[in-house]
Amino acid sequence: MTGAELDRREVLGALFPDPARYLMVAGLAGSARDAAALTGEADYLFAFGGAMGGAVPMGLGMALAAPDRPVAVITGDGELLMNAGALASVASAMPENLSIVCIDNGRHGETGGQLGHTARRTDLAKLAEGAGLPSAMTAADGAGLAAAADFLQNAPGPRLVCVRVRPGPPADYRRSWDPAECRLRFRRAFRETAGG
Amino acid sequence: MARPEPADWSRRLFDLLVEAGVTLFAYVPDAGNRALIDLAEAGNDTRAVLLASEQEGIALAAGADLAGARAVVCMQSSGVGNCPNMLSLVSGGRFPLLAIVTMRGDYGEMNPWQYPMGRAVGPVLEAMGVLSFRVDEPGDLEAAARAAVDAAWRGGQGTALVLSQRFLGAKPF
Repeated sequence: MTGAELDRREVLGALFPDPARYLMVAGLAGSARDAAALTGEADYLFAFGGAMGGAVPMGLGMALAAPDRPVAVITGDGELLMNAGALASVASAMPENLSIVCIDNGRHGETGGQLGHTARRTDLAKLAEGAGLPSAMTAADGAGLAAAADFLQNAPGPRLVCVRVRPGPPADYRRSWDPAECRLRFRRAFRETAGG
Repeated sequence: MARPEPADWSRRLFDLLVEAGVTLFAYVPDAGNRALIDLAEAGNDTRAVLLASEQEGIALAAGADLAGARAVVCMQSSGVGNCPNMLSLVSGGRFPLLAIVTMRGDYGEMNPWQYPMGRAVGPVLEAMGVLSFRVDEPGDLEAAARAAVDAAWRGGQGTALVLSQRFLGAKPF
């Protein structure tokens, strides 16, 4: 993680200038808060608060169920690695409408900042590429972030962007902790926009 | 008891699930779900989705539910042991779930590795709030499958259709 200079709180705004285009899933902890801050905790965001490792496969299910809607998964390096095999499932299913953004701080920020695998030897973009995703890149500075925003629009899907960020707090946003409430509001919003 | 032919019972179960609106069949391969997955691969309106681990299927089914579709998750009994924490999503979020569990480690099992998880399937599902609908006799299949479908998508419950080795037959070694 040496050299990571980006502040995680500035990442999603740069990558998603128009977040309402997407159906969104956020992995637990910091990613959920960053995604909630990005969208004002919009109806089209389902943010985990547990069930670590579920964000990518939930995004896969959403992308297969709604192939005409862009789907974005926003998660962290620890959450992604807990179910790294899901990247292979994504590659086999090949949903072109699925984008995965990993905010990689190389740490388990929620539990005290303990170093994770990506602070040691693991490279998530290479992992995604090896799993078979057609497009994967790493962004580690402002220029990389601008390139990543373009990549999310134009690279063949499914695609993964790993954004290396410096250690630091996520957005200060109090999101809902009730998954049943989040489910109902997401489904209602999806129904209202289906076909539109 | 005449054992049902996999091609026959899988077809009856597949048709029932399609009629219930299921389009996605997420699975980890098992001898017991082979014919069902072949039907899902071949179906015009269905899709089989290969998973690396069964727990992915729990989250995948929830994602499909959010986007207005119905998915089932097909796994061997050993795969139930990979799912408990992900099932937090189902009981906490009140997501409908239909898992189709093909048993090992019960009636007639010869592999000692299969027994611990075979015994634990019921307690694990119960502990995570998932209702089990068990099929031992061929004549039970449709009623149990309908009950599980209704509990999942009308009742909003996490459910498992558990196909026992009395129903499937034990794997010969």
